[in-house]
Amino acid sequence: MRHIISILIENEAGALSRVAGLFSARGYNIESLTVAPTEDETLSRMTVVTSGSDSVIEQITKQLNKLIDVVKLIDLAESVHVERELMMLKVKTTNETREEVKRLADIFRGKIIDVTSASYVIEMTGTSSKLDAFVYALGEGVVIEVVRSGSVGMSRGEKGLHL
Amino acid sequence: MELSGGEIVVQSLIDEDVEFLFGYPGGAVLHLYDAIFHQEEVKHILVRHEQAAVHAADAYARSTGKPGVVLVTSGPGATNAVTGIATAHLDSIPMVIISGQVGTPVIGSDAFQEVDMVGITRPCVKHNFLVKDIADLAITMKKAFYVATTGRPGPVVVDVPKDITDPAIKIPYEYPREITMRSYNPVIKVHSGQIKKAVDLVLAAKRPMIYAGGGVILGEGSAELIEFSKLLGFPVTNTLMGLGGYPATDEQFVGMLGMHGTYEANMAMHESDVIIAVGARFDDRVTGKLTEFCPYAKIIHIDIDPSSISKTVKVDVPIVGQVKDVLNEMMALIRMSESKVDEKALEAWWNQVKKWRAVNCLEYDRNSAIIKPQQVIEALYQVTNGDAYVTSDVGQHQMFAAQFYHFDKPRRWINSGGLGTMGFGLPAAIGVKLAHPDADVACVTGEASIQMCIQELATATQYRTPVKIINLNNRYMGMVRQWQEFSYESRYSESYMDTIPDFVKLAEAYGHVGMLIDKPEDVKPALEEAFAMKDKLVFMDFITDRTENVFPMIEAGKSHHDMKLRVAPGTPINRELA
Repeated sequence: MRHIISILIENEAGALSRVAGLFSARGYNIESLTVAPTEDETLSRMTVVTSGSDSVIEQITKQLNKLIDVVKLIDLAESVHVERELMMLKVKTTNETREEVKRLADIFRGKIIDVTSASYVIEMTGTSSKLDAFVYALGEGVVIEVVRSGSVGMSRGEKGLHL
Repeated sequence: MELSGGEIVVQSLIDEDVEFLFGYPGGAVLHLYDAIFHQEEVKHILVRHEQAAVHAADAYARSTGKPGVVLVTSGPGATNAVTGIATAHLDSIPMVIISGQVGTPVIGSDAFQEVDMVGITRPCVKHNFLVKDIADLAITMKKAFYVATTGRPGPVVVDVPKDITDPAIKIPYEYPREITMRSYNPVIKVHSGQIKKAVDLVLAAKRPMIYAGGGVILGEGSAELIEFSKLLGFPVTNTLMGLGGYPATDEQFVGMLGMHGTYEANMAMHESDVIIAVGARFDDRVTGKLTEFCPYAKIIHIDIDPSSISKTVKVDVPIVGQVKDVLNEMMALIRMSESKVDEKALEAWWNQVKKWRAVNCLEYDRNSAIIKPQQVIEALYQVTNGDAYVTSDVGQHQMFAAQFYHFDKPRRWINSGGLGTMGFGLPAAIGVKLAHPDADVACVTGEASIQMCIQELATATQYRTPVKIINLNNRYMGMVRQWQEFSYESRYSESYMDTIPDFVKLAEAYGHVGMLIDKPEDVKPALEEAFAMKDKLVFMDFITDRTENVFPMIEAGKSHHDMKLRVAPGTPINRELA
């Protein structure tokens, strides 16, 4: 099962490699990993999307907690949560397809943020599956490049992951 | 007081009451070594190879409970230390390793003797630090000792670039008395609900087993384990790392378990209905085939490290906490409880265990014309009155020592259990002897292992550490040969060395005493003679039976009740010959 693990970690050199190293050393799967400082610049928030059986996920969270730099973590899959991913897509356009691509982007609530005579760059956020669906809907031979941020998320309600 | 970075490191060691610093100098740590020169509180032990520095400090830690401290230079000094660090990591030994690093301006430029020590050691330390600012030095040293010695202990590396230790730059020094880290909180309050569940299980048990590991020793919980076991009357087995945590000569002790554990310990584990795992981690050498591990048992697991729990074996009642705290709480509840141990069931269980014990699985041919390795360890046990510190290397001799030297006290058995590092024994013996100068220290080794750190015979000369080296010389890498005999149709691929040095002359070359013993009747007198030489390192080269194997053995992929025995149960060894 897919899990989103949100981690508060000391914003120190090497903290990212400790997490990445743990996953590779123990053979855990990483689907995506994002990291950036929080409003408190001494802390980073990391989001790891991973998958595995319950026992594997239990070990992953325990091993992450054991890292000295990790302050706190939660497995978002255990609670109601919202998650988003940012994607930028560069697509080929021609006179014939330009309108169609724009309509499709509108349906998916994407924004066109760069236009040339032969291309668009579309910005889109949503769940990972929504982004997948958009890429699929565009069809083959249209996409020039794709960059995705990996998922980030937080639990719903007033409680949060903080010190 | 204003100190340079080099002086800060050394002064922090003094403030941590560090007795010995094991190390080897080099370019990146010259400022540090100059600071060492100017003080007398911390005694530096100069080894002959950095790996040995780490092993010696590690064994110092294992035998005293205090952290072992190491100083090595950058690059090769640091990489040489890595085997030792990984050894300490797998056995959860508290250590602080200070490594020199090239100056901060040239880090990352492939400078002379530069290696990314923090990167290399990341997977084999509890934590590591690179100090980039002299202002962080004292606090980092404090954090290193704090992290290394609390919770589940482990090695911590502090990588110190050369410019940070520059004698020309001084800052005010104050060593922090206490420290808190928001991301690290090793103090764990025991969950009372789990204690209750565990006690209910324990008191309902019909075929209970106490399976105790190295955590009992690391957590100073030996007295509590004994009290707990005596209160309940259950059989107790120890892991390789746990030996000495429960007295081996006690009648409730059924021996070590696992791959080379006793028949009674492994059979009892297999048939048990309630297992109380105390500071043990269900290592693969203990469990054998996981799907057939203890098929009838409910398992209670007491461990300081939550990640140890249900890592390989799913347990029924996990209890996170210090072994001694948990056992104390369990005992309090057991004493208050209205239900009692089922004495009748326990008696029947003991009768069964005694039947297994009667198989006498460790018996060997006592009538051999060639020295049997077991005989040497038994004689060592007698000559040292069972009270020596015994270090070992890795292989058959290690298992014979574990099986035949009956450790009654914790911290007496010093071996590389997790990583299985050949070369550990001799530097370890030196570290132990420095810590316990009046105690008998024996290094049980083999002719292959001893050669991996043989250069430390010089360190032993320099610091006058008169340890006794018990070299079980079977002219083979015995354990490799044993596996090749069983699993590779006796194709002894590269498990034999064509050239083995004359160990007697070698010992003498270093200023020690060498003895060659090749007759069974000479074993005990030779040991008596050697241990009577209190101020001499004696290298005892025992020429042993090269075909001897370690039994019982659970071969890889097999389970506890599927042991290979020297003699099938029910066929006693011919006593008339013995």
